[in-house]
Amino acid sequence: MKVSKDFLNDFIEIKDVDFNELAEKMVFAGNEYESITKLTSATNLVVGHVLQCSKHPESKKLSICLVDIGDEKVQILCGAPNVRENIKVIVAKIGATLPGNITIGKAKLAGMESNGMICSLVELGIESKYLKEEDKNGIYILDNNAEAGTDAVQYLGYDDEVIDFELTANRADLLSMLGMAYEVGALYKRNVKYPDTKVVCQGEDINSNYQINVKTDKCSLYTMKLVKNVTIKESPNFIKRRLMASGIRPINNVVDISNYVMMEYGQPLHFFDADKLGNYIEIREANDKEELETLDKNIRVLDRNDIVIADVKKAVALAGVMGGLSTEVTSETKNVLIESAVFDALSIRNTSKKVIRSEASSRFEKGIDTNRTREALERSCYLLNKYADGTVINGMLVYDNTNLETKTIMISLNKINDVLGLDLNKNEVLDVFKRLDFICSFHNHIFEVTVPSRRLDITIKEDLIEEIGRIIGFNNVKGSMPISYIKSGKRSPKDKYQKDIRNRLTALGLNQTLTYSLISELNADLFINEDYEKVVISSPITDDRKVMRNSLVSSLLEVFKYNYARNIKDINIFEIGSCYSKKEDSYLEKTNLCLLMTGTYLSNNWQQINLQIDFYTIKGIIINLLNYLGFDNRYQFNANDSLKDMHQGRSADIVVDHKVIGYFGQINSNLAKTEVYVAQIDLDLLFSLKVRQVKYKDISKYPTITKDVSFIVDEKISSMMIIDVIKKTGGRLLNKIEVFDMYVGNYLADNEKAIAYKLIFSDVSRTLSDEEVMTVFNKIISAVETNLNAHLRQKN
Amino acid sequence: MKEKITNIKQDLESKLTDITKLSELMDLKIIYLGKKGLIAELMTALSTLSTEEKREYGSIINQFKAQVTALFEDKISELKGKEEEEKIKKETIDVTMPGVEFQVGGIHPLNKIIDEIEELFISMGYDIASGPEIELDLYNFEKLNLPKGHPARDAQDSFYITDEVLLRTQTSPVQARVMDANQEKGPIRIICPGKVYRRDDDDATHSHQFTQIEGLVIDEGINISHLKGTLEVFAKKMFGEEREIRFRPSFFPFTEPSLEVDVSCFKCGGKGCPLCKNTGWIEILGSGMVHPNVLTNCGYDPEKYTGFAFGMGPERIAMLKYGISDIRQFYTNDMRFLNDFNRIDGGDNNESK
Repeated sequence: MKVSKDFLNDFIEIKDVDFNELAEKMVFAGNEYESITKLTSATNLVVGHVLQCSKHPESKKLSICLVDIGDEKVQILCGAPNVRENIKVIVAKIGATLPGNITIGKAKLAGMESNGMICSLVELGIESKYLKEEDKNGIYILDNNAEAGTDAVQYLGYDDEVIDFELTANRADLLSMLGMAYEVGALYKRNVKYPDTKVVCQGEDINSNYQINVKTDKCSLYTMKLVKNVTIKESPNFIKRRLMASGIRPINNVVDISNYVMMEYGQPLHFFDADKLGNYIEIREANDKEELETLDKNIRVLDRNDIVIADVKKAVALAGVMGGLSTEVTSETKNVLIESAVFDALSIRNTSKKVIRSEASSRFEKGIDTNRTREALERSCYLLNKYADGTVINGMLVYDNTNLETKTIMISLNKINDVLGLDLNKNEVLDVFKRLDFICSFHNHIFEVTVPSRRLDITIKEDLIEEIGRIIGFNNVKGSMPISYIKSGKRSPKDKYQKDIRNRLTALGLNQTLTYSLISELNADLFINEDYEKVVISSPITDDRKVMRNSLVSSLLEVFKYNYARNIKDINIFEIGSCYSKKEDSYLEKTNLCLLMTGTYLSNNWQQINLQIDFYTIKGIIINLLNYLGFDNRYQFNANDSLKDMHQGRSADIVVDHKVIGYFGQINSNLAKTEVYVAQIDLDLLFSLKVRQVKYKDISKYPTITKDVSFIVDEKISSMMIIDVIKKTGGRLLNKIEVFDMYVGNYLADNEKAIAYKLIFSDVSRTLSDEEVMTVFNKIISAVETNLNAHLRQKN
Repeated sequence: MKEKITNIKQDLESKLTDITKLSELMDLKIIYLGKKGLIAELMTALSTLSTEEKREYGSIINQFKAQVTALFEDKISELKGKEEEEKIKKETIDVTMPGVEFQVGGIHPLNKIIDEIEELFISMGYDIASGPEIELDLYNFEKLNLPKGHPARDAQDSFYITDEVLLRTQTSPVQARVMDANQEKGPIRIICPGKVYRRDDDDATHSHQFTQIEGLVIDEGINISHLKGTLEVFAKKMFGEEREIRFRPSFFPFTEPSLEVDVSCFKCGGKGCPLCKNTGWIEILGSGMVHPNVLTNCGYDPEKYTGFAFGMGPERIAMLKYGISDIRQFYTNDMRFLNDFNRIDGGDNNESK
């Protein structure tokens, strides 16, 4: 909402007010602004009188002008086609500045001296959309009353300042100069002035010749007046300028008046060419597939949700949104039928969404003060009489189905202070209501406030409290802490669990990432091992962001690709996030952990230290994490060659307490140019597994005995199978088993491998003898030999 | 005998000068001071002498033994020192050669911000609450005083899955859910961080997915002063002790009154700079008193209870704090970007005055 100081001053005396200060005050009353500008930022412009004008001898375009600029007469060269003798023009003197950082200096054009510049409005920075064709292409010619040497910007009124407000959705009342005046009035304690509407009416009452028939409940108020014999011409300067300041293009006096009154009252008007409309006007819902050619020459196909104005046969206007072409006011129009009405906000919103959002429709959408509808109509008649020489016809067509109950809200002083945290007295509150021009009485500690019809946004006590806060200033409230029972704040155990995991993984060298939940259909199919119903956006912006992911792996793979393409080869990352699916009517969100590792984990090249990430690196990370989470001795890893998009020979399920909680391994080489290892773990499932508290255990004071053994087995026998047998046979004296070597090669048959174990024996209560350890050790050897068809590898 | 002793001494002294290795010295020591060494030999020779001579020479030999022992001890420590010196010399390394490079992990910058805010509010007795990202229109809009057809729904165009189900556009539905679920309808103090989604095209300042943190306090007698006091603590914790806040009235459908909150610029201290666009203030959050319709919709009696709510964007806070100009950086996960945050903030020590 653009507000011109000059325009607003008609409604409230603010000539003496600094407009920047006013804008700041408005901010703290809840009305932000985008900018404060002048119509033109040009300086040092004067009115010039062209005394002589002759063609330049060497240039077809240039004219040589002698211009009286008040204190002197100067020669100025001008290239405009419409420059001529004895006109008043805008002259930028030497030293003048124009928008776009232009400073005028002495110049020589085609050998002749030029001491300034005769300006067009475009050069003053007026947007060309506001200008007539002739003003776009040539210099601007001032009327003859302009006095040479006086300030041209002032003469044009272009020194007017404009605040562009960014209003909140609830303040429909501020979409008018009147509403703005009330708001400014409350801040500056000044009174609002209403414009003139009194006009002498003539002729036979409109009601004897015209009839309106409202056939829908989506129109609560419909009024019309007739103005005859208008003269269509250019609007007076002040109207044009104020419309431009408001962001509206001036067209002709009649059209301009309809917009001008809308800016004054916030009530959109529509002007029909009375001679094209006929004398029966119907307001109804459109028929299905009814067609209407609107002002912009588009054929609109309507339905029952649209409201139309119609004559006996057909729709002639789209109510509140756009007029119809057939009844348009043109330069030939003589008689104008003016509509001032109130239409259903929601219906206008739906129609304008389909057609166009205009200044008018946006006001209907936000709500109209029904008490101003008739007044705006009368104001437009007054202006048509004054500036278009129209004859205003007696009477008004009225359909009124409005519910004009006045809104009254009761509120206690205590309630006001309780919510604001202030200590206001009765008079301070009464003063605020007086400033806002709300009628208010006070008895038995209760304020009874009558809300004016313009303030559609105020319906409950809290709205009044906000008004008081706005006017008194919320920054007068001092901060304090709520007095409440003391309790410790907490996060849920699950939340804490995720934070613990995150901290462990960062300690292990992995970076936490955050990626988008919405992915492409293609990526949504990657790394999916179970059938599930996808969660799909009904109207996505792009196909890339269409499906809610069910696996985090493809997202981390994207992160890998992004970095790898930028020559970043060492990538160790993880994400904790939700995976989404649908089951029957409910939507599931499961928390998953995903790891991705590739490149070097640890290095110092000159020392030949270089730990390249492989299957066993990520496995080590997983084991480290599981141990940290208290699952030691409760997990195992089972090879799985059927995981989607994973390397068949280098992938495994992660099993805790016989439940598969996730998987890990190398990504299928079709999907990544290098060896990339990933893991995905269902954190909800893992979290559901009970872990006991840490409990102190005596540390053995007695020495341990270590025995090494190397078994040669068939390649199909896994290390885990061997360890299972060792554990089972080892009994409680066997404390720990470590793998310290694995060998495949020349010394063994093709299908054989050798794995060497270090077995550590101890007892918490005594020193073991070598004999008893050997007994167990030998048992272990023979058990492995028998059960797994293994044999001992001799030292060579 | 004396002569013999003198000879032995001279011989020893010359031998000791020549010796350079500790092992040789130890061998020599045995030759002189060993059980069957030269000194022992002299002692044995005493037995052939008279009692008087025994006494005289005995004491001489003993003195001599002490001298020899001292000589050896000096020499031993001399050689030991030398050897140690040589050993150190041999083991000396170039300390300027590079150290081992570990892969270092870090917490995502957005999560760092969220953590900091969570910890602050936990310390003030708030619980962390969470809710689904795939949310019902009922909780995302309707219970929050945004009935179907409300104009404010336009402003946050949403990703709908069905007519009634959408990706939440804000974390406020968590508030509605917590209020709804609270059987006793008693006081509430929560913070709800989480992912939210809006139908925006991604660019430097817009992201279709971002994070939000909402706070909600409901109790008897809660007022705007409490809101201000709470947010002052927040502003000082996040942006420095000298920070102040100010309110600007605004409009949100779920609060009444509604207030935008500015924090005095933490870069220039309020004097005006490019970060605060020369206003001295930076807009950080939206807040207000919970709208009575929201309380009623969630089973609270607005005559008995009041509450305040506030919401903020960790992205915006992180962007302001760290000078990040493109919101997409948070979701691209460039390792160089992430690694920049793999250290402590240091912000508390170098605050602008």
